[in-house]
Amino acid sequence: MTEPIVRFQDVHKSFGDFDVLKGINLDIKPAEKVAVIGPSGSGKTTIIRMLMTLEEPSSGDIIVDGKNLWKMKKKEKMVKANEKHLREVRGDIGMVFQHFNLFPHMTILENCMTAPIHVKKENKEEVRDRSVKMLERVGLGDKLDSYPNQLSGGQKQRVAMARALVMRPKIMLFDEVTSALDPELVGEVLEVIRDLAKHEDMAMVLVTHEMDFALDIADKVLFLDEGVIAEQGTASEVIEHSENERLQGFLRRFRG
Amino acid sequence: MNNNWSWETFMDALPFVLQGLWITVSLTITCYLFALLLGFVWTFLRKVPNKFFNWVVTWVMEFIRSTPPLVQLFFLFYAWPMIPGIGVTLSPFTSAVLGLGIHFSTYIGEIYRSGIESIDKGQWEASKALNFSTIDKWRKIILPQAIPPTIPMLGNYFIIMFKEVPLASTITVAGIMLMANSYGAQNWSYLEPLTIVGIIFLVLSYPSAVLIKKLEVKMNARFDKNAAIK
Repeated sequence: MTEPIVRFQDVHKSFGDFDVLKGINLDIKPAEKVAVIGPSGSGKTTIIRMLMTLEEPSSGDIIVDGKNLWKMKKKEKMVKANEKHLREVRGDIGMVFQHFNLFPHMTILENCMTAPIHVKKENKEEVRDRSVKMLERVGLGDKLDSYPNQLSGGQKQRVAMARALVMRPKIMLFDEVTSALDPELVGEVLEVIRDLAKHEDMAMVLVTHEMDFALDIADKVLFLDEGVIAEQGTASEVIEHSENERLQGFLRRFRG
Repeated sequence: MNNNWSWETFMDALPFVLQGLWITVSLTITCYLFALLLGFVWTFLRKVPNKFFNWVVTWVMEFIRSTPPLVQLFFLFYAWPMIPGIGVTLSPFTSAVLGLGIHFSTYIGEIYRSGIESIDKGQWEASKALNFSTIDKWRKIILPQAIPPTIPMLGNYFIIMFKEVPLASTITVAGIMLMANSYGAQNWSYLEPLTIVGIIFLVLSYPSAVLIKKLEVKMNARFDKNAAIK
């Protein structure tokens, strides 16, 4: 059996008195596509935000490619990771946000090129070629010199995906990437994700409300409820054979 | 005292007062650049994640802002050299740069802070997700967005500072104010030289104000365009 690329070991997270996650155990294999579903407030987004180091877990371990994300060894003891350690581990992870978070002062092409050049110190020409190809792949080859404010929401989100992809992450996180879009723009973004899921061998974790889509592309579906993984398995296991009442209710609400 | 306006005196005083113009202008620019730099220092000192340290920095800034620049100039120039151990005698020009520069840097630091705080949380998160180093995050992502909208405000402080620079004449910096004063004392005629000072300030600050207004319109247009995207 292959080593997991991501492993959560009894991860808890509280915000003040509110326990959002109450012991998450989870393995994600390299290249595995995981969909995280569940009612709002169930902690779905928190899981991937901890993986992206945007939130610190209250307890437990997150292992990324064999390395402990939030802890490091210092004089034979495990201590809280410093920024240097976090940077080392997080280099394998990319993320696409609900609100795109493109850099408004840069063109589309510059948005894609800035991190490989300044963070990974890669060759500029090579990065430019790769960025152009990536933008063409998401259907924005004619917008290279546009600024984010000149694009529609769907286009912005496709740029955000291209920007994350040129960093060549081993793990890509998608945080409700269609939730902020007008309904008619959702399709074009999902198409890109479907294309990635089919042709890229990185692991993908999607937090989403697009139920049918998620079930369609995911190798594994997690149903998160009240801070725990209430159900997990392949799409058909979770949907057709689960006896979890709350999951059934949740799915009914979504699928009518 | 000669009470009548005399164009003859005016023409006589003009070149004398203008001798101080270079000092006044270069003092303004030096003070301003110093304040722009030091403003950053305050901004980053306030970001140090230590409650006590933050409290001290905030309090020091508050203290500097709440005392008159004139008192600060006098203190630096006359009092500081007398403090045993750390006292150093400074030239008038250096005292003025330090005094006015430090005073205005606290305001400018606040302007930077307002610019930085206006940056959306998502920009910080995207910088983290793309694994930017702390320095590059500031240089490439945060400051290029935070500073442009504050340029009109920073420009206003340039004019305000320009108008405070005559204070330096009290610690013997030979700008136009001191020259006018000494012309008045030598010739027993203050009306013309001080009028000249007034005119010089008007001639220099009015166009600057117009320029800054233009800049503001331009920046607002840019800002609105960016705001419209979200």
